[in-house]
Amino acid sequence: MKYFLTNLIFLIPLTIISQANISGIVLEKSSTESEIVLPGANVYWMDTAKGVVTNLDGEFNISNSGNYNKLIISYVGFKSDTINIENQTFIKHYLKPESTLDAVNIKAISKTSSVSYLTSQNIINVSSEELLKAACCNLSESFETNPSIDVNFTDAITGVKQIQMLGLTSPYILITTENIPTIRGASQTYGLSLIPGTWVESLQITKGVGSVVNGYESISGQINAELQKPNSDFPLFFNTYLNTMGKFELNTHYNTKISNKLSTGLYFHFNNHDESHDTNQDGFLDLPLSKQINFLNRWQYTDLERGLVGFLNFRYLEDDKQSGEVDFDPELHRLTTNYWGSEVNTERFDTSIKFGYVNPDITYQTVGFQLAYSDHSQNSYFGINQYDISHQSIFSNIIYNSILGDTRHKIKTGLNFNSDRYKENVVNAFYTAIISPNDYATEFINNDRSENSIGAFFEYNFDNLSNLNLTAGIRADEHNKMGTFLTPRFHLRYTPVEKSVIRLSFGRGKRMANIFAENQNLFATTREIILTTDDLKSEDAWNYGVSFLQNFNLFNSKAELVFDYYYTNFTNQVVVDWENPFEISFYNLDGKSYASSFQSQFNYYISENIDLKLAYKLYDVKTDYNSGSLRKPMTPKERIFLNFSVNSNINENKSQWKFDTTFNWIGEQRYPYPIAENTTSIIPIYQAPTPDFTTVNSQLTRVFSEKFEFYIGAENLTNTKQKNPIFMSENPFNQGFDTTFVYGPIFGSMYYAGLRFKIY
Amino acid sequence: MIKYILISVLISLSTIDQNSNAKANFRVDGVCGMCKDRIEITTIKLKGVKVSKWDISTKQLSLIYNEKKIKLNDIHKSIAETGHDTDKITATDKAYNTLDPCCKYRDPAVVKNHQ
Repeated sequence: MKYFLTNLIFLIPLTIISQANISGIVLEKSSTESEIVLPGANVYWMDTAKGVVTNLDGEFNISNSGNYNKLIISYVGFKSDTINIENQTFIKHYLKPESTLDAVNIKAISKTSSVSYLTSQNIINVSSEELLKAACCNLSESFETNPSIDVNFTDAITGVKQIQMLGLTSPYILITTENIPTIRGASQTYGLSLIPGTWVESLQITKGVGSVVNGYESISGQINAELQKPNSDFPLFFNTYLNTMGKFELNTHYNTKISNKLSTGLYFHFNNHDESHDTNQDGFLDLPLSKQINFLNRWQYTDLERGLVGFLNFRYLEDDKQSGEVDFDPELHRLTTNYWGSEVNTERFDTSIKFGYVNPDITYQTVGFQLAYSDHSQNSYFGINQYDISHQSIFSNIIYNSILGDTRHKIKTGLNFNSDRYKENVVNAFYTAIISPNDYATEFINNDRSENSIGAFFEYNFDNLSNLNLTAGIRADEHNKMGTFLTPRFHLRYTPVEKSVIRLSFGRGKRMANIFAENQNLFATTREIILTTDDLKSEDAWNYGVSFLQNFNLFNSKAELVFDYYYTNFTNQVVVDWENPFEISFYNLDGKSYASSFQSQFNYYISENIDLKLAYKLYDVKTDYNSGSLRKPMTPKERIFLNFSVNSNINENKSQWKFDTTFNWIGEQRYPYPIAENTTSIIPIYQAPTPDFTTVNSQLTRVFSEKFEFYIGAENLTNTKQKNPIFMSENPFNQGFDTTFVYGPIFGSMYYAGLRFKIY
Repeated sequence: MIKYILISVLISLSTIDQNSNAKANFRVDGVCGMCKDRIEITTIKLKGVKVSKWDISTKQLSLIYNEKKIKLNDIHKSIAETGHDTDKITATDKAYNTLDPCCKYRDPAVVKNHQ
């Protein structure tokens, strides 16, 4: 009681004074112990024009004649703070700098996947929420609920889902993790399966040629995967998955702050599949036996006062796959003709360092630097064909961002350096003698091969802050195989009326083909490799796109209609010719090759908890083969996609139900031409197109609390099966054996369950 | 060759008018996203203004501008001419009346609608 009284006596005069005058000091929180005063900061009463500016010592004195109680302190480049004034007379306040580096600020997006309205490029953002709709397992499955990317079915040998964009396969898509190209070269075939799904924080999908900043290689699109960051991921995360095929997955994330500025994360992934399944009874495993250990360690450094951010990453993985005949035992039958079997063993190490700097005084000036190294090696055999590849790669770039005059005119410029060293060993067992013994083939088959390039880029962006945004970029590169060349790219976004968006884009893309690494399934056939030229030229293409987006209200809910058309025209392409069933040939394009893609999409956000996506896609992909102009084999002309998701309301204890289902209709596909030269051949004639079919995937998630959730799901609910995915499975060492003609699911329905546990 | 051109471009770009950058922060009245566009576009179009951001909730306009090219007072004037009051200059009624009905920040009813 006594204390209360004394307090009261002291407090009364203070409260009275505070109504009249408040003084204080504004400081910047700095990394070291020292405090930096902020002269020129604004101090004012909320919702009034009454304010003062701090003096050279960061001090201010403000009167409070109007009995205001909310004082705002602000300064350019810092986060504004509001202070509640009750009875303070002196305020010592620290402001926190605003970070403007794109690399660090991952904006929360309300819709789980959304087309950006503001950028000139056609970029689709896929958030972590959307990624959870496909619970399993790695990056290749992350696209299953996204209509812009087509996920093909796995064949029985590689067990990997390949993706396509605008009718073109993944070598024509630039796939990066945090803007460092990763799925390329030796990892082209299996790379997507080497990035665990839970590591992916969000995806950015660019349709059409992307920005020049990330290089010249993208032709049909760019996909960037942002990984989990030690600063923003859960301190502890745990996920397991089990399916009826006997596949088990485990993911753990551990993140910790070492100091105010430094945090680190350890991410571990393990998967194992050791149950044999042969549902179609062709004697071959429907799905490879596999095992993967994948480990990532990230260090994140953030010093907002100085405007510095940095990442240091290390990753190591081992992936082993075995496929082929059920009775095949690698120890006994490896490289023999007793049983047909295959093993693919991959080992990869990655490391990268990134730095970003934002000038704290001039926030529009930033500099970014990245350096990455990877070492990928794969040893494999398919029956008695052998294929080994090792690939060391260095990628580095430096980017400078600034403005010309004011923030309506932005520029990006910088330099790239890229170096790849390949060593391949190809033993095409039956036909070694037939492989043309020319220089090119020898180089591919035994020797080292190096590709180096250095380049510079400049990108200008104009934004009139209302209805027009355009990006024009150009890069010049010098490449030891491709020479010196220019890559121009252009993007425009125009909003003629509110809620409509028109986009135009065009640009060039160029790349060196890696014929064996990109077409590894050729080894799981008895085809003869034909290389008719010793000079396979670089692939060169122009991509043109136009897209229209319209927003409207339908029965008081938000709806979107999107139409887009993209056309890719190859001026040169390394043609992969499967048309002759005894051969696979590679040659330079002589004539025309193009891919045109039309997509119409309807998105309907029926309520906060229910949304629907419906898409129709029409592809026309044609190439002039030696045998004539033909539609690309094993590529459907038409596809229909439907995704529907419903969530229950979130209860007070954060519990919730989430349901989503994806329906795919896949049209007819063309088998390569059967050439009946050998009339006595027992090779089956597959002249008819494949049947069209539908698949349905569904998933139900029960969120029990913020910490714990459980999910069950089903893939291929309609139990659709391709009858004979392996031709000549009864005689795998004879002419005509082919595992590559996969148009649909090999195994029927598959069910899975899993749980996620996270600690805040 | 490309490398050298770029490096020199980089260096020259980063050194241009480094020292003439001034920052300012002041209150501009307004209520909605349309006001935000108008305030930001008006100011960014002024020669010498490099960065302009207006915050709806705090009503604060943050600027980076070149002191040699434009006086702060002229920025205040230009904003007032479009109809928005700044903490130094009050817009004329004529200018204020040109604002869209939803931007009439002097009308308590409009302000309330935006809260």
